[in-house]
Amino acid sequence: MRRSARTRLLPGALLLVLLSGCANSPDSSAPDSRASDSDTPDAETGQPLRVFAAASLQQVLDPLVQEFTERTGAQVQLSSAGSADLLSQLEQGAEADVFIPADEPTMERAQDASLIQPTASVIASNTLVIAVPSGNPGRIGTLADLADPEHALVLCAPQVPCGTVAQQVAQAAGVALAPDSEELAVTDVLGKVRSAEADAGLVYSTDALRAGAEVETILIEEAAEFPNRYPAAVLAEAEQPELAGEFIELLLSESGQSELEQAGFSPAPEASG
Amino acid sequence: MSRRPAGGAALPRWVLIPAAAAAVFILLPILALLTRIELAELPSLLSSEAALSALWLSLRTAVAATLLCTVLGVPLALVLSHATFRGSGILRTLILLPLVLPPVIGGIALLNTFGRQGLLGESLELLGVQIAFSTAAVVLAQTFVSLPFMVIAVESALRGVQKEVMEAAVVDGAGPTQLLRSIVLPLILPGLASGVVLAFARSLGEFGATIAFAGSLQGVTRTLPLEIYLQRETDPDAAVALSVLLILVAVVVIGLTRPRTAPDALR
Repeated sequence: MRRSARTRLLPGALLLVLLSGCANSPDSSAPDSRASDSDTPDAETGQPLRVFAAASLQQVLDPLVQEFTERTGAQVQLSSAGSADLLSQLEQGAEADVFIPADEPTMERAQDASLIQPTASVIASNTLVIAVPSGNPGRIGTLADLADPEHALVLCAPQVPCGTVAQQVAQAAGVALAPDSEELAVTDVLGKVRSAEADAGLVYSTDALRAGAEVETILIEEAAEFPNRYPAAVLAEAEQPELAGEFIELLLSESGQSELEQAGFSPAPEASG
Repeated sequence: MSRRPAGGAALPRWVLIPAAAAAVFILLPILALLTRIELAELPSLLSSEAALSALWLSLRTAVAATLLCTVLGVPLALVLSHATFRGSGILRTLILLPLVLPPVIGGIALLNTFGRQGLLGESLELLGVQIAFSTAAVVLAQTFVSLPFMVIAVESALRGVQKEVMEAAVVDGAGPTQLLRSIVLPLILPGLASGVVLAFARSLGEFGATIAFAGSLQGVTRTLPLEIYLQRETDPDAAVALSVLLILVAVVVIGLTRPRTAPDALR
């Protein structure tokens, strides 16, 4: 009898332990207690600088992050995702020191929500190009060729930054585009071009460059008028605002700019006229 | 058969605690979603042309995918449940792969199969079939991710069919087709129904494979989940409102199929 009572109680007791463990965990991840958590014993110097950057920046930021750590001794924690995702994470209370979305409207939204410090600096810009599968099976030569409905054309949806720019560029060039698909992200456009499912897609120069040999790039004259700018800002609630500022300075420095240029970005207006 | 055993097999009380935790875990986030909705704006958000065309497309494609899943999945489940051939175990495992595969990768796999440069691409092009960027591609993507649900549901129902019943029918002179039609199918109807519900629900929510394989064009390939993702880019409130629409559709469909049939289908 006693034994069976105990075996019956045991799972319940275990559960209580588990439940109380659960109940505690939200506290330990609450904003204030995080700095004093186990992996960061020294809040002033030991905590990594948290950088929220657009997915398109990830590859180019990796070497710069390394350089930053060598210079300052501070570790950098880089979170890369779509700009809208990053913004909604910040809105929901995610902690970061630096925010670098892939377009200015996203930064304006962050500004409107008082998430960032008032000064944002443009670190780089990007222009729209035509990406075609290697070999150019659709024999695309200019933007005007894309008006031909015979070609499978893929764009970003107008709601997505790259789609907005595509519309502006097409309008400036006086070309009526008839897309076969309006994708949700530039990655999806590139995916359709890489697999040669589409004859052409409009993407940013850096995306086309990243795709390597699978994709050929055709420049669009009118696109220079509609550069897409990458702004960077220190978060209003940054725990390490000075270090965050230094990180942005590094991006604007000569070595930062040359790294960005190598990845296909155009230089920031402040850095070189 | 559909009644639970009463009295004797009562549940231990402690089960209630994790059970409640599970229910809360599922319902609380959905509740949190509902609290974000501005009721006054709901009608205008839901009646936009983009929303309606996405809803209509989602319904059409999910129904088509469910039909395909039924036509293809039930025979496969029948074969697997009878399987004595070598490698049938491996086949059973492989067929479940779409469940583990990230849907985006499923979409890429479909692209490599039915795409212009895919395995079957050239043959399809010769036949004049263009799947890329068409509604058919959406249905294919949905069928790919949903088919395993149908197969699992029907196969586990088939295992519940008692051998004696079938043997008795054979003794009474029933041929294979007659056995299937008048004995097996009626017996597995509950399992089939839950297969239909699962496949339909999975098709309705399908996102990753569709975006990677079919593309996204209003009225042609942009289903409700894609529209929701797109809206989130500029108007998160509209995205939430559309999600509620998706939930409502799912609840209605599951409600229509479920009450009479499902409870003992997935035991």
